[in-house]
Amino acid sequence: MDTNNMHPVMKWVEYRLPVFSFLDHSLGTQYPTPKNLNYWWNFGSLLGLVLVIMIASGISLAMHYTAHIDFAFNSVERIMRDVNYGWLIRYIHMNGGSMFFIAVYIHIFRGLYFGSYQAPREILWMIGIFILLAMMATAFMGYVLPWGQMSFWGATVITNLFSAIPVVGDSIVTLLWGGFSVDNPTLNRFFALHYLFPFVIVGLVVLHIWALHIHGSNNPTGIDVKNKEQDTVGFHPYFSVKDLFGMGVFLMFFMFFVFFAPNFFGEVDNYIPADPMVTPTHIVPEWYFLPYYAILRAFTGDFLVYQVISLGGFLMDAKLAGVLAMFASILLLLFMPWLDGAKVRSCRFRPIMAMAFWVFFLDCLVLGYIGGKPAEGIYVTIGQFTTFYYFFHLLVLVPLISRLERPKPLPESINASVLKAAE
Amino acid sequence: MKMNIIKTSVAVLALVGAVFTPQATLASGETPHAPKQEWSFNGLFGTFDQAAAQRGFQVYQEVCASCHGMNLLSYRHLSGIGFNEAEIKAIAATVEVQDGPDSEGEMFDRPGIPADRFISPYPNPQAAASSNGGKAPPDLSLMTKARLGGSNYVYGLLTGYADAPIEFELPEDGNYNKYYPGHVIAMAAPLDDESVEYTDGTKPTLAQHAKDVTTFLAWAAEPEMEERKRMGIKVLLFLLVLTGMLYAVKRKVWEDLH
Repeated sequence: MDTNNMHPVMKWVEYRLPVFSFLDHSLGTQYPTPKNLNYWWNFGSLLGLVLVIMIASGISLAMHYTAHIDFAFNSVERIMRDVNYGWLIRYIHMNGGSMFFIAVYIHIFRGLYFGSYQAPREILWMIGIFILLAMMATAFMGYVLPWGQMSFWGATVITNLFSAIPVVGDSIVTLLWGGFSVDNPTLNRFFALHYLFPFVIVGLVVLHIWALHIHGSNNPTGIDVKNKEQDTVGFHPYFSVKDLFGMGVFLMFFMFFVFFAPNFFGEVDNYIPADPMVTPTHIVPEWYFLPYYAILRAFTGDFLVYQVISLGGFLMDAKLAGVLAMFASILLLLFMPWLDGAKVRSCRFRPIMAMAFWVFFLDCLVLGYIGGKPAEGIYVTIGQFTTFYYFFHLLVLVPLISRLERPKPLPESINASVLKAAE
Repeated sequence: MKMNIIKTSVAVLALVGAVFTPQATLASGETPHAPKQEWSFNGLFGTFDQAAAQRGFQVYQEVCASCHGMNLLSYRHLSGIGFNEAEIKAIAATVEVQDGPDSEGEMFDRPGIPADRFISPYPNPQAAASSNGGKAPPDLSLMTKARLGGSNYVYGLLTGYADAPIEFELPEDGNYNKYYPGHVIAMAAPLDDESVEYTDGTKPTLAQHAKDVTTFLAWAAEPEMEERKRMGIKVLLFLLVLTGMLYAVKRKVWEDLH
């Protein structure tokens, strides 16, 4: 950055703390970015935007919220009815959760399709998976805070899962609850942790961006930058303006739900105050947890996959197997860089892998659909088949296809691919 | 070969989804959804029909309020459906509210004021439950948000009482309702033609009562709705213009690269 043209005040600051050149190197003209990034690369900055919106709206809500089982539900309704623009802040926060997961799932599938997890971006990818886990914990605890029926029963079902862990399971559950059932201590600690975790996410995001800046963004061709002059452009103004445009589009989508369908992603039961004596007919988690919920419920005593991994029920019961599978479904993604043995990153040049990717994507959608249905009849069968396929894809198809498929010829350079596309 | 397997599995997944889903839903024998009604508050520009909401408030007070509370509402909130200050004071003054303790430590009764919450028909949940066969009548403040189908469901429920089909085994203390999940509802049909005498000359039919009280409940559940939709239109128009301009800037900036 040329300090000679700076305003004297900026220059004074820059000499003592070089914030301006730091920004210029991280988000400015001096951060080289592949010039062929498509709109799927907008979701990183969108996630940053949603994180800021969630923290800002969340802190405002916390000023009016009461974390006590006798008052929580009514304090949320007081925000909705009597706090100035409280309904707006709460609906932004409520729908922001869904927007966060929509954006993060697109972001992750983009990474899977274009091979963004491959060397040398393994740590970047793994930090991303940890961010997903932290987001899930935060969202789960946030959903408990309004203390509606789904809050209470969702909390009961999910925390009870930990009791499946041998030996220490029951102690873990007692620790989570702060007692012997989901009660006031549970609500209090969930509120404390729900306030803490977003800042853990901020910390992880800093690491994520730091790791990103070491080797820069991957790109749709998946090939490395060879000539910085030809292949890249400065992040500012090219991608700063593209990201801002993306934010405009995304905010329109977001705000449509906030203002015109604020309860679209929610469950009606959560407008009934929590009642430990009345169990809702169907306990379902928020939509973004449905695929994992389907995997969890797929593990019944007669599920063939369970019979095999537990050696006919010898090693563990079906509940534990379901819990392990649910966590494995996310933790396995940590190993994507090694499960995928291809030398080529992008699925653009791996047609068979691309097909497998889309089937996997469809499989995840079906899992989500099944997770929202009662566990009966044909839904169980479909859920078990799609659960099997989820792991079959990650553990068998990805390692095999990536090692056997002969990729299509790669373009000479990022610049060459752009020129070719323009023809 | 491999491509074929993948294509086949896609087809199988799609088929499984398409063919079995409707059957599975029907097989579980769910209660039918209440038919959709025309509501003044539907759509992007919908508002509450204030006259209907005021009539609905009358229905609530004269019929529903004998069993159902609305503890999230204060009388002052009624300005949201067009009651003026004097009317609200008069409405609030018709109820007795227990207050206190006073400086001598005594509880005392006084007429209600606009800041008071709607009074509950029962002193506590236990009393509500024991007077109603063991289950307290639900609070109605959020009713249209707390049931699948929302306002259509509430309207369907109120107008959906019928004689049980012959093959249906109705418990002695239950009532048959077309739209209540499982069809057996403890509440007897609360409304009928001429349940309430309207002051504005509207014909007091069951359908009219149900429509009015549902409008009132819809407002009570989402008193912010009109302001929300008004603001939403402005926000979306603003974002549309902003995004359009950002797109133009983006085109301009990228022009020299293309």
